[in-house]
Amino acid sequence: MDKFDSHRGIAAALLRPNIDTDTIIPSREMTRVSREGLKDGLFAAWRYTLPGSREANLNFILNRPAYSNTSIILSGDNFGCGSSREHAVWALKEYGIRAIIAPSFGSIFQSNCIRNGVLPIVLSNNMIKEMADWVEKDPQHNHLSIALPEQKVHWSAGKCFEFELDEAQKDMLIKGLDAISLTQVLDNKIDLFEQKDRLERPWIYLD
Amino acid sequence: MLKTLFEKLWTLHEISIIGNGECLIFIDRMFLHERTGSIALKGLEDAARAIKSPQHVFCTMDHIVDTTLGRGDETLMPNGKDFIIATRKSAHRAGIRLFDIGDQNQGISHVISAELGIALPGSTLICPDSHTCTLGGLGALAWGVGSTEAEHAMATNTLRVKKPKTMRVNFRGKLSQGITAKDMILYLISQEGTGGGAGYAVEFSGQAVRELGIEARFTLCNMAVEFSAFTGLVAVDQSTLDYIQDRTFAPKGNELKQAINHWNTLHTDIGAEFDRTITIQCENIKPIVTWGTSPQHAISIEDKIPDPHFEKSSITKSSMKRALAYMDLSSGTPITSVKLDAAFIGSCTNARLSDLRAAAQYLQGKTVSPWVSAVCVPGSSQVKAAAEAEGLDKIFLAAGFEWRESGCSMCFYAGGETFGKQKRIISTTNRNFEGRQGPETRTHLASPLTVAASACKGYISAATD
Repeated sequence: MDKFDSHRGIAAALLRPNIDTDTIIPSREMTRVSREGLKDGLFAAWRYTLPGSREANLNFILNRPAYSNTSIILSGDNFGCGSSREHAVWALKEYGIRAIIAPSFGSIFQSNCIRNGVLPIVLSNNMIKEMADWVEKDPQHNHLSIALPEQKVHWSAGKCFEFELDEAQKDMLIKGLDAISLTQVLDNKIDLFEQKDRLERPWIYLD
Repeated sequence: MLKTLFEKLWTLHEISIIGNGECLIFIDRMFLHERTGSIALKGLEDAARAIKSPQHVFCTMDHIVDTTLGRGDETLMPNGKDFIIATRKSAHRAGIRLFDIGDQNQGISHVISAELGIALPGSTLICPDSHTCTLGGLGALAWGVGSTEAEHAMATNTLRVKKPKTMRVNFRGKLSQGITAKDMILYLISQEGTGGGAGYAVEFSGQAVRELGIEARFTLCNMAVEFSAFTGLVAVDQSTLDYIQDRTFAPKGNELKQAINHWNTLHTDIGAEFDRTITIQCENIKPIVTWGTSPQHAISIEDKIPDPHFEKSSITKSSMKRALAYMDLSSGTPITSVKLDAAFIGSCTNARLSDLRAAAQYLQGKTVSPWVSAVCVPGSSQVKAAAEAEGLDKIFLAAGFEWRESGCSMCFYAGGETFGKQKRIISTTNRNFEGRQGPETRTHLASPLTVAASACKGYISAATD
C-alpha cells in the first residue's frame, strides 16, 4: 500500500455535509471489475454539465483553473456516508486526492481510506471554514501542508491545527502496511481460537 | 460482570487485542455480491491468496441483475454483464456457494442471508455492502465493509476493528395503528440526525421493538447505517428462535438445541450500562416521509415542508436550501400536496413477505393513480414465490404495479434502470441522495404502507387518509 508521511498541496472546499459515496462516484461510473479507471467518474453528477456527458461544468470547483491539481478536499460532516463502495476512495485517489479534511466521516469510507493510503483528517467545522477562507484567496499558492507523524495541518504562516487519528491507523499509513499480511502473521492465534470455538459453537462450522 | 448484548457478541469473537485501539475479530460468515464482491474475489486471485474457509463464504447476484421477468445475464448497466460473468467465474474458481440468476434461493444478500439461515443469532457476518447491519435484527453482529476488508476477512477469517461504543435506543410505549419499523427508524434519524449513531453499536429495545416481527426488526436495523452507526442490534427472544427453525443452513437437531441454549443468553443484562441511551416515545411516531436529500430530512406526513430560515447553523441552512431546490419543493407546503410520478416497493429495507403483505392488503380492490408508474420488486426469489402462492402478485398487478424478479433494482441506479430525470418517486428504499435512483430523480422514503397509499392517491399520502 502507498505510504503517507507528509503532503503539501492545493485544497478545494466542498463545504456541505453528507457528501455520500453515490455522489463521490455514481454507480453508473463503475463500469469495470477493477479498482482502476474511475477518476473520470469522480463527482460526475456535479462535474459535468449533463448526466453521462463529459462536458465540464465550469461552476464546479475542481473544474476551475485555480483548483487544477487539487490534492486535498475540505468538506462538511459525514463525508463518505452511504454505500460501502470502495470505488469512492479509489476514484479520489486516482484523481490525485491524498487527504480529506472533514468534521466527521462515514465509518466504512474512513476505513477504506486507511486501507488505500488516503488520509482522513477530522477537524471542526470552524477550523475547516477558516482554512477554506484562506485557501480561497489564492488556491494555487495558499497550500495546506499535512504532517502525519506530528498529526498537524499547517496553513497560513505560522498557523497550524492538530488532529487525532487512531495509532493503529496512523501506523498503517506511515509504513504503508498491508493489513492482510500483518494479520496472516497471527495465523496460529486465529487457528487456536477456531479450535476452541468449534467446541463451544459447533453449529457455526459448516464443514 | 453485567454486559450489553453488543459486549457479549464482541467478546465471543475477540481473538486478541492487537493494540493501538484495534481488536482482531473472528468472522463467522462472509457474503458477497456481483457489484463489489467480484472485485474482492479478483483481488484475492491477483494476490494469489486463498479463501481460508470457502464454506463460510456466500455470494449472490442482486445489485445489477435485471429484474424483468425472463431475465438472463443482460442488464441495462453499461458492462453490467461483465460483472455478472466475472462473479460467476470467480465464485466457481473459489469454491464458494453462489446463488445465481435462476436459482430459487437468489435474492438481495441481506434478505437471503437471513432467509437461508446463513446469518445466525450471535454470529459475525460481513459483506461489502453498507446495509449488512440489517442482520442485527436476528441478534447477529453484522456490518458493511469495503472490498479490501472483504478480502481480509476471506483470507484470514478475521477483521481488525476498533471497538465501537454502545448505544441503546429505547422505543417506549406502543406504536399507533399503521406505524411500522420504517417509520420508527426514519423518526429516530429525523430527531437525532444522520450522524447521531456515529461510533456506536446501537441496540434497539423497548416494548415496541419486542412486538415487532423479525422482518420488521430487519427494517429497523437496516437503516442503522443511515444513522451512521457501526451496526444495529435487537436482542434474541422467542420470535428470533421461531424464525431460525428449519432454515437451510441453520443448525438442526441436537446442534440446534445447543445453539438455542447459547442464543438465549444473547440479550443485554439488566443493569448493564450503555455509553449513551436515547428514549423515543412511540406515541409521537406518525407515518414518516422524507422531503429532502438526506434521510434526516424526514417529517411526519401531517407536517409541512420545513423552512431553512429557522435553522441556526449556516451549514444546515444552506444544505436544506440546496435540498429544497434539488427536490423542487417549497417550504411551508403540506407534504401531502406533493404530486408523485412513481412508486417503488423493493430493496433490503422493505421487500420481505410481511412488507408485500402490508402493501397488498391496502392495494386490494384499489388502483394506482393514472399518472403514477408503480413497480414492486420482491426481496428474494423465495419471497416472490411465497407472495405468488398467496396471490399477492395478482393484487399488485390488478392495482397497476409491475411485478418483477428479485434484485436491488431501483433502490439505486446500478441496474441502469430509472423512472427518469426529475421524476418524483415515493420509495420503500433507504437512501434519498441526489441521483440515487437515477440522474436528477427525486426520492421520498416511506414505509410500504405509505408507498401503497401514495401510489393510489397520486400524492404523498398516509394509508389512513
